[in-house]
Amino acid sequence: MPVAVEVRLPNILRPLAGGEPVVKAAGGTLREVFDDLVRQYPGLQGSLFNTEGEMHRHLNVFLNDDDVRYLGRLEAKVGDGDTVTLMPAVAGGAVAG
Amino acid sequence: MARFDSVLETIGNTPLVDISELSPNPRVRVLIKLEGLNPAGSVKDRAAKAMIEDAEKDGSLAPGQRILESSSGNTAAGLAMIARVKGYPFTTVVPENVSIERVKLLRAFGAEIVASPAAEGSNGAMRRAQALAAEHPDWWFSFQYGNPANPKAHFEGTGPEIWRDCPEVTHFVAGLGTAGTIIGVGSFLKQCNPAVSIWAVQPPAGETVEGLKSLDEGFIPPVFTDNDGYALLDRSRVVGPRESIEWARRLADVGIFAGISTGAAMAGVARCASEIDEGTIVTVSPDGGWKYLSTDVWTGDLDEVVERAKHELYF
Repeated sequence: MPVAVEVRLPNILRPLAGGEPVVKAAGGTLREVFDDLVRQYPGLQGSLFNTEGEMHRHLNVFLNDDDVRYLGRLEAKVGDGDTVTLMPAVAGGAVAG
Repeated sequence: MARFDSVLETIGNTPLVDISELSPNPRVRVLIKLEGLNPAGSVKDRAAKAMIEDAEKDGSLAPGQRILESSSGNTAAGLAMIARVKGYPFTTVVPENVSIERVKLLRAFGAEIVASPAAEGSNGAMRRAQALAAEHPDWWFSFQYGNPANPKAHFEGTGPEIWRDCPEVTHFVAGLGTAGTIIGVGSFLKQCNPAVSIWAVQPPAGETVEGLKSLDEGFIPPVFTDNDGYALLDRSRVVGPRESIEWARRLADVGIFAGISTGAAMAGVARCASEIDEGTIVTVSPDGGWKYLSTDVWTGDLDEVVERAKHELYF
């Protein structure tokens, strides 16, 4: 059952989403929310997914402040009014990926 | 035994205190390890001692050689104290917006302080230290974010102490920071009992919470990546300044006067306790509240303190 969620974007991704810091998306799972984001903003594809269609490994995604790595990643269930926060992950002092 | 030949021998073996009356779930016990009782005032005394003594053993640190580190307070205090006792000169890069108590404490131990821009936070301090290390190859740069002795101090010290004092532990909750505590303790506890769950707390990106360093501010410590930190953790949550400060204040109810990173850890503990049916959670209080008194964390208007916490580096 798709629900509406708020997606917060880091500075680095905002130009790919019309410059907006916060956008709306719909879906029952994180994967569906991401698919909806890409429908609205095709430029986000490469920042959200890797070439295998899985979550980009250099992306930190928090569902209501909880890292989705430990909630089933793209299969994490989202609820109405949830907030998804995207943050670039970096390693060794340099922005990676 | 309470008699020691040197203050350095008093590092570690800190008390683990049952504070279950603060648990939001009556079936979940909560114990907190009071690292603020270490001689230079924080959990970082453990890493500081381990880094220096490992370097002495492998010959990378020679008598009289200058020690260099970047730290917003606690690691520098530990290093400054140990360097003074052992006779090493010590230079530390410190962001210019840390509380005045920390600067004065470092001066008390004779540290040379290099200020880095407030806006660049602890990442900026680290970059400045890396540049100083390159300019001065004769100095020894302890580099807490990447030094294996940092997590090792917790794998060999903090972790075994927790297991000795609380073998019934089911969950360990700690801030990420340099990742030394959570990697060292987490790895040890999982080795003793693979069912122990390891929960990390971190501050929101762009906001500073004393004692914690967000993975998303632009740097994941090698201590975390080299030890496969993502695979070790069972949960990782963001904790904001407001709940961290509220919990730092609530700890006074059980007689614990601790820094804001302890409040953040307790906010993580409270969420963990609310989500599980039963269990025993152990957490770490990285330091006491003494070095933050000038910031009015306990006595100021909550909204004002929270707002200030977003701009001032509490750690």
